[in-house]
Amino acid sequence: MYWQKEYETMPREQLKDLQVERLKQTVQRVYDYVPFYRNSFDNAGIKPGDINSLDDLQKLPFTTKQDLRDNYPFGLFAVPMDKVVRIHASSGTTGKPTVVGYTQEDITNWSDLMARALVMAGGTTSDVVQNAYGYGLFTGGMGVHYGAERLGATVVPISGGNTSRQIMLMRDFGTTILTCTPSYALFLGEEIINAGIDPRDLKLKAGIFGAEPWSERMRAQLEAKLNIMALDIYGLSEVMGPGVSMECPEKNGMHIFEDHFIAEIIDPETAKPLPYGEPGELVLTSLTKQALPIIRYRTRDITVLREDKCGCGRTFVRMQRVTGRTDDMLIIRGVNVFPSQIESVLLEFGDTEPHYLLVVDRKGTLDDLEIWVEISDKFFSDKVRALEDLEKRLKARILSVLGISARIKLVEPRTIPRSEGKAKRVMDKREI
Amino acid sequence: MKVKQISVFLENKSGRLAQVTRVLGDNNINIRALSIADTTDFGILRLIVNNPDSAYRVLKEAGFTVSTTDVIAVEVKDDPGGLAKVLEILQNVHINIEYLYAFLQKATNAALVVFRVEQLDEAIKVLQENNVSILEGSKVYSL
Repeated sequence: MYWQKEYETMPREQLKDLQVERLKQTVQRVYDYVPFYRNSFDNAGIKPGDINSLDDLQKLPFTTKQDLRDNYPFGLFAVPMDKVVRIHASSGTTGKPTVVGYTQEDITNWSDLMARALVMAGGTTSDVVQNAYGYGLFTGGMGVHYGAERLGATVVPISGGNTSRQIMLMRDFGTTILTCTPSYALFLGEEIINAGIDPRDLKLKAGIFGAEPWSERMRAQLEAKLNIMALDIYGLSEVMGPGVSMECPEKNGMHIFEDHFIAEIIDPETAKPLPYGEPGELVLTSLTKQALPIIRYRTRDITVLREDKCGCGRTFVRMQRVTGRTDDMLIIRGVNVFPSQIESVLLEFGDTEPHYLLVVDRKGTLDDLEIWVEISDKFFSDKVRALEDLEKRLKARILSVLGISARIKLVEPRTIPRSEGKAKRVMDKREI
Repeated sequence: MKVKQISVFLENKSGRLAQVTRVLGDNNINIRALSIADTTDFGILRLIVNNPDSAYRVLKEAGFTVSTTDVIAVEVKDDPGGLAKVLEILQNVHINIEYLYAFLQKATNAALVVFRVEQLDEAIKVLQENNVSILEGSKVYSL
């Protein structure tokens, strides 16, 4: 089953022609309307007219997350604000988030791509989609929501958390498709069993899980616990949100919706393109985005692309599960966390050379973050109350900057291991 | 009239207190009094020693987080109600006590109580006006 068969099964030669045509339009538009791109193309000596094939794409400079930060909030938008109908954002390092925008046409396209994803998981108008991705500035909740409505399914916009209510509604509403992070799905699965409910008595048939890395081992657990087909979805707000690529029931990689995005794999060190089949950093170029077109965005995600035929009939390339990052970003409970964000909070508190360690673990099925902070003279007090107050204030500030709660543990100086003078910032004990 | 107290941050893990006292011992520093305030994660060790300046230095060099705080050492009669009388004097002028701890003097058998208050000078003044005996730092260090 397909949502937009013409595109999803388009012969590759024809698809490439479509990509070139859309790429040329996108390049012309960003050159005309976004000063950042005009400058970077000029500096590279490239004119929009130089881009006439997919190979020409390599002439264009990359875009990074830092470029979005530097142009905060709307500097990379290619349309006037009266064409922008929605804003999303992800948490940033200095409290300033990375901001993305959408026109009505962007929302329609995104909804179609999410509808494709839901159809891949077997979704139809008669399905009940329980959407437990977080609603708000994060793209997950609204992205799935609009896709489910576009498909004509019944969407239950429950957002994340409140597990007992999730289970009650799942049973009472006859939920057939669950959308959330895989770790939360696993937690739900265990709570369903703890509540004395047999998952086979529920109507659940599929789950679309993303926003954090997971594994085949977790897939097996999820499918057994929830009695469903568990599929992987990929996306990032800078490029669109969830629905950049989606796994089909063949479970052999996620199809990148290439009529809307061009995918490249590069060597993260040299930034040179790598052939299909080799692991490297995924680079994405948007082809239809109006509000925030993006050229050669460095995702920092490590994956492998495969072009061979898929049993589902779709002609789009597939990307394997993301196996790592080329930067130090962590995904905790579906939220992107950079160690530098913790550092910026500590700097705000007046510690000039903060030493800290993020200890990430999985307690049961859920991620747990503990932040060790070496107590400096600046922070130290002979009063217990003052230190406990410091912990509380740090915790509150980190919650507001990262959007997730963490436990703060004050530790003695030199507790945190340093290698070659540089402190280790992350201890990830999760086994995914 | 002020006594210099050394405070040391201690994580709640085995052997830390032993290490602090070992560092002091190796440097010929004698502990006069100590108290520990603890939470589930950490503790704060407060010390009165014979040589606070050198204690601060050697602990710092050993990598501990150390601070010094001025406190007052009050001589309290070893009789029922002795401490209550001192506390009432402070309470009457609304001086809050952050914490206190007591130890015995070898020579006189009178109790010594170490007070940590925010308004140190006011506390000294009001205690002296009420004829409470406050020990000089030098006297406390050499007890």
